[in-house]
Amino acid sequence: MSNRPTSDTEGAADPLDTVEGQTVTLWSDVRRKLKRDRRFWIAAVLIAIFVGMAIAPQLFFTDSLDPSQCELSDSAKGPSHAHWFGTDILGCDYYTRVVYGARTSIEVGFVVGTLIVTIALSLGSASGYFGGKTDMIISRFADVWFSVPTTLGAILLLSLFGGGGTLAVALVLVFFGWPDMTRLVRSTVIGGKHRGYVRAAKTMGSPSRTIMRRHVLPNGIAPVLVFAAYTIGGAVGGEAGLTFLGVGLRLPSISWGLQISIAQTRFTSDPYLLFFPSLFLSFLIGGFVLLGESLRDALDVKLIEDA
Amino acid sequence: MPEPLFTVENLQVEFRTDDGVVHAVDGVSYTLEKSEVLAVLGESGSGKTVHARAAMRILDTPPAFITGGSVRLGDMELLTLDEEDMREVRGSQVAMLFQDPHTALDPVYTVGEQLIELLKARRRVSKREATEVATALLGRVGIPTPRERLKAYPHQLSGGIAQRVMVAMAVALEPAVLLADEPTSSLDVTVQAQVLELLGSLVAETQMAMVLITHNLAVAVGLADRIAVMYAGRIVELGPAREIYSDPKHPYTAALLRSIPDIQIREERLPAIKGAPPNLLRPPTGCAFHPRCPLADDRCKAEVPPEVEVRPGRWSACFHADEVTR
Repeated sequence: MSNRPTSDTEGAADPLDTVEGQTVTLWSDVRRKLKRDRRFWIAAVLIAIFVGMAIAPQLFFTDSLDPSQCELSDSAKGPSHAHWFGTDILGCDYYTRVVYGARTSIEVGFVVGTLIVTIALSLGSASGYFGGKTDMIISRFADVWFSVPTTLGAILLLSLFGGGGTLAVALVLVFFGWPDMTRLVRSTVIGGKHRGYVRAAKTMGSPSRTIMRRHVLPNGIAPVLVFAAYTIGGAVGGEAGLTFLGVGLRLPSISWGLQISIAQTRFTSDPYLLFFPSLFLSFLIGGFVLLGESLRDALDVKLIEDA
Repeated sequence: MPEPLFTVENLQVEFRTDDGVVHAVDGVSYTLEKSEVLAVLGESGSGKTVHARAAMRILDTPPAFITGGSVRLGDMELLTLDEEDMREVRGSQVAMLFQDPHTALDPVYTVGEQLIELLKARRRVSKREATEVATALLGRVGIPTPRERLKAYPHQLSGGIAQRVMVAMAVALEPAVLLADEPTSSLDVTVQAQVLELLGSLVAETQMAMVLITHNLAVAVGLADRIAVMYAGRIVELGPAREIYSDPKHPYTAALLRSIPDIQIREERLPAIKGAPPNLLRPPTGCAFHPRCPLADDRCKAEVPPEVEVRPGRWSACFHADEVTR
């Protein structure tokens, strides 16, 4: 209300910089705002670096640093010119091992993010759009599921079926993580269904398919995208947490959670073993949180004037 | 006799709630000719908005059910039309204008995208043509620099300009009938007058018929040819606007007229209509207005007064129509 001009004769709030003859679209506007947002660039660079590490870790070190070259005599040496992050207990180069850890985290984040968004969009929009019995079944099921404590459930499942790989940890996180976003999508769709513009579109003869696609989803997608970014960050942390607790990945897997878990017993003598994987983990999670925040602001059309 | 352009006949709408059944619209009938403006006047809950949404068939079912009557465009019955054909009717034959333009416009699209999409979908024209038509439409509803405004988002528009955009969308497909649901109630008084003037000139220009739903008697008298006064889901009085204003034939209309402040007379207190609007879950017996009516007698409590033509073109649903004074 506050930023609405009240006088009828007043001009449009500001001239929108647009290509001549073209109307501004929501997405071009979102892109424009993201380009100006420093948080978005920090997030993009951080995430790009870690995705690069996951895809091609060898690009991040020279031949002199080889994760398979372990000298037991070099066990737990601090950072040096030869070993930037020092060496671990087995005398392997710690920098390369931390770089290799990115792959696990990115894999978990990608799998969990994709699956949860897919489940949430299908179950949540079905539940919100059709309502009635469909809604009751899906919602009650999600509510009951939601009440299971994630950490406890994950520990139970993972210890029952014994140390699976990255995929198993990711699936367990999906297994307990889907109700949150499903409920978010459902409430967004329900809120969108009764908006004035949905009724207006109906009186102008739009078919319900078009109304869903053009009005309900675009208006509801912002919180879902933002939440997806946070979910990925949370999944990366979740994998590290479960691994740290000893139910996630096991040696010889390489994972930041595993490195942190091993490092904690030697924290007083070799703090750098804890520091480096924690630093990388924080940067990656922080990247997704920043991405979520910049998306949240870019997708809010009400902030256009300030951009 | 040829069919009137738009006919509503004995329309019945009920809301089935947990607390009981509400007869929100209880036998509304009127006809409308080309270029005619009919004001449907009534207080909140009188059924004026519900009757229009029922005619458009956009009520949420449940809880709302259309239980009887007929809505015809020419000789085409709208209430039994299949949904696909009804969708074609909406917008291009019967259009609707809403009270608050800022909720009726989608915030994520610019004005241009919304207008152009509508024209592309329904008129099957190219984007370039649609843009031209959209620009012309915005100019026609009195928006300065229409080409620039196409690029504006709804929240960047003032209430008056946004409502003009809604008017442009409502008339974009050249409908035969426009149902305007409180089109000026959310606007500043000065802007209200401008939008009403615009609606009046569009009716004169395009010969469309308009149902102007309002709770504002001055708005109704200013723009409408005829007025239908609604109370508790029924039309209690129907007639030419000026006659209703100068010589009401229903005690409710008379009471409404008395509660308008007169700038000439300095009064201590405006005469308000005593009592409260009826609870439609448990409507009064007989005439729904009898608990608040100075003329009510035993017959009013027992029987529902039928709509009677008290004078050619003047209808009143009151046993005491002759005794009503302004």
